[in-house]
Amino acid sequence: MRHIISVLLENESGALARLVGLFAQRGYNIDSLTVAATEDATLSRLTLVTHGNDQVIEQITKQLHKLIEVVKLTDLNDSPHLERELMLIKVKASGAQRDEVKRCADIFRGQIIDVTASTYTVQLVGTSDKLDAFIQALAGTPILEVVRSGVSGIARGEKTLAL
Amino acid sequence: MTSQTKQTEMLSGAAMVIRALADEGVEYLYGYPGGAVLHIYDALFQQTKVKHVLVRHEQAATHMADAYARATGKAGAVLVTSGPGATNAVTGIATAYMDSIPMVVLTGQVMSHLIGDDAFQETDMLGISRPICKHNMSVRRPEDIPAIIKKAFYIAQSGRPGPVVIDIPKDMTIPSQTFPYLYPSEVKLRSYQPKLKGHSGQIKKAITALLAAKKPILYAGGGVIMGGASAELTELAQLLNLPVTNTLMGLGCYPASDKQFIGMLGMHGSYEANQTMHHADLILAVGARFDDRVTNNTKKFCPDATIIHIDIDPASISKTINAHIPIVGLVQPVLSEMLELLQQKKKKPDSAALKKWWQQIDEWRAVHGGRYDNAAPQLKPQYVIEQVSKITKGNAFVCSDVGQHQMFAAQYYGFNKPNRWINSGGLGTMGFGLPAAMGVKLNFPDADVVCVTGEGSIQMNIQELSTCKQYGLAVKIINLNNGYLGMVKQWQDMNYESRYASSYMDSLPDFVKLAEAYGHVGIRVTEPEQLIPALERAFALKDQLVFLDIHIDPKEHVYPMQIPGGAMNEMFLSKTERT
Ligand SMILES: Cc1ncc(C[n+]2csc(CCOP(=O)(O)OP(=O)(O)O)c2C)c(N)n1
Ligand SMILES: [Mg+2]
Repeated sequence: MRHIISVLLENESGALARLVGLFAQRGYNIDSLTVAATEDATLSRLTLVTHGNDQVIEQITKQLHKLIEVVKLTDLNDSPHLERELMLIKVKASGAQRDEVKRCADIFRGQIIDVTASTYTVQLVGTSDKLDAFIQALAGTPILEVVRSGVSGIARGEKTLAL
Repeated sequence: MTSQTKQTEMLSGAAMVIRALADEGVEYLYGYPGGAVLHIYDALFQQTKVKHVLVRHEQAATHMADAYARATGKAGAVLVTSGPGATNAVTGIATAYMDSIPMVVLTGQVMSHLIGDDAFQETDMLGISRPICKHNMSVRRPEDIPAIIKKAFYIAQSGRPGPVVIDIPKDMTIPSQTFPYLYPSEVKLRSYQPKLKGHSGQIKKAITALLAAKKPILYAGGGVIMGGASAELTELAQLLNLPVTNTLMGLGCYPASDKQFIGMLGMHGSYEANQTMHHADLILAVGARFDDRVTNNTKKFCPDATIIHIDIDPASISKTINAHIPIVGLVQPVLSEMLELLQQKKKKPDSAALKKWWQQIDEWRAVHGGRYDNAAPQLKPQYVIEQVSKITKGNAFVCSDVGQHQMFAAQYYGFNKPNRWINSGGLGTMGFGLPAAMGVKLNFPDADVVCVTGEGSIQMNIQELSTCKQYGLAVKIINLNNGYLGMVKQWQDMNYESRYASSYMDSLPDFVKLAEAYGHVGIRVTEPEQLIPALERAFALKDQLVFLDIHIDPKEHVYPMQIPGGAMNEMFLSKTERT
């Protein structure tokens, strides 16, 4: 099953390498990983998407906890949460396709953020499923490039992952 | 004590390294110099508190520090230079990591501004050591050195212990640049707060389960030894009349001579330990991790057992075998709390059921009971170990290498005290034995310290005979010489129709002459009747290293041996018998 794990990590050199190394070393999957400093510059916030059975996920969270620089973590799947991913997608857009791409982007509430005579670059934000659906909806339009940020997640309501 | 505040001292980074070690209580620093650490060596030279031990290969420095930790529970300290010095230490760091041994390794590094340039003797030691240490850090400002060293010792020794590596670029130690020195008295880390006490509700549940059990077993590992909980464990076992088995790492945490001890379990465990474990209805696992060398096929593992698992590392619980009653905490306080509860409750275990259980265990004991064929003409390794145990009254520190001799030592020495059996269990590092014995002997000069080894393993760090001479380390080397990489040969006998691919050791040196060349005493034993006089002579020579080259039967196999893919209790019992 797919899990979204949020981690607060000491913003120190080597900390991220240690965390990523753990996944490689123990054979866990990373489907996506986003990371940046928080409002507190000493802390980084990561969102890690992985998959595995309950036992694997339990091991992943325990092994992450063991890393000295991991301050706190939570499995977002344990409670209601929000997830968003950003995609920049460059497609061929000439002739009739130009309108088709524009319409499709509108339906998905995407924005066209760069235009040339033969291409559009669309920016889209949503759940990973929504981004997948957009790519599918473009069937027939040649895709030149896809850049996805990976998932960022946060718990709904009052629940927070903070110091 | 005066209330007068001392003026802060100004020290160079190099002097701070040594001073911090002294303030941490480090007596011996094991190491080897080189360009990147010359400032630190110069600071070492100018003081007397921290004594340096010059090994002949950096691997030996790490094993010495590691063995000191295994014998005392305190972290050992190592200093090596950058590049090849650091990479030579890698095997020792990994060895300590696999067995959760506290150690602090200081590695030199090229100057900060050269890092990343492929400078002379630059290796990315942080990258190399990351997967084989508990934590690593690099020094970026000389003034941080005291805090970093304090943090390293704290991390190495707390929670589940392990090695910590500190990478020190040379420009952090420049003698002319001084900074205020203050050694912190404690460390607090917001991201690392190991649990100490166990959950009381879980402990109560465990007691209830223990009192209800009809076929219980106590399975204790290295965590009991490093956690200093042998006394509590022994008391609990005796209060509840539990059969006790130890892992390879746990030997000595319960006295082997006691009738409740049923031997080591696992791949080369005793018949009775593996049977008792397999048929148990309750397993109390303490400081052990259900390693694959213990469980055999996890799918067939102990089908009827409820499992109570006490360990400081939550990640060790339910990793390979699901625990029904997990208890995360230091084993010592958890066991103490269990003892208190039992005394309050004044409840007794089910003595009728236990009586039956012990009858069954005694029947299993009679089946194999560690028997071996001691028929002449050649010396049997099991017999040699029994005689070594006899002459040292079971009280020696026994430091082992890796191979058949290691298993024979584990099976036949009979450890009655914790911290006396010192071996590389997790990584299985050949070459560990001699440096380990040196590390122990240096710190326990009056104790009998034995290195049990084979002609293969001893040659992996034989150069340390020179270090032994320099520091007067009178260890007794028991070289069980079978002329083969015996453990490899055993597998080839059992699985490859005795095709001995590279397991025969040709061109062996004359070990007696070799020992003499290094300035030690060498004794060769080829006939059974020579053994006891040779041992007597060796142990009487208190101040001499004695290398006993003992020629043993090369055909001997280690038994019992679990049958791969089988349950705990499926074993070969000899070359011709199996369960
Ligand atoms: C550094 C290292 N290399 C290889 C091995 C694999 N290995 C395990 S036991 C063994 C044979 C050891 O031979 P010896 O020291 O003569 O001991 P014996 O088994 O004959 O008692 C080997 C090669 C190992 N454990 N460590
Ligand atoms: Mg051998």
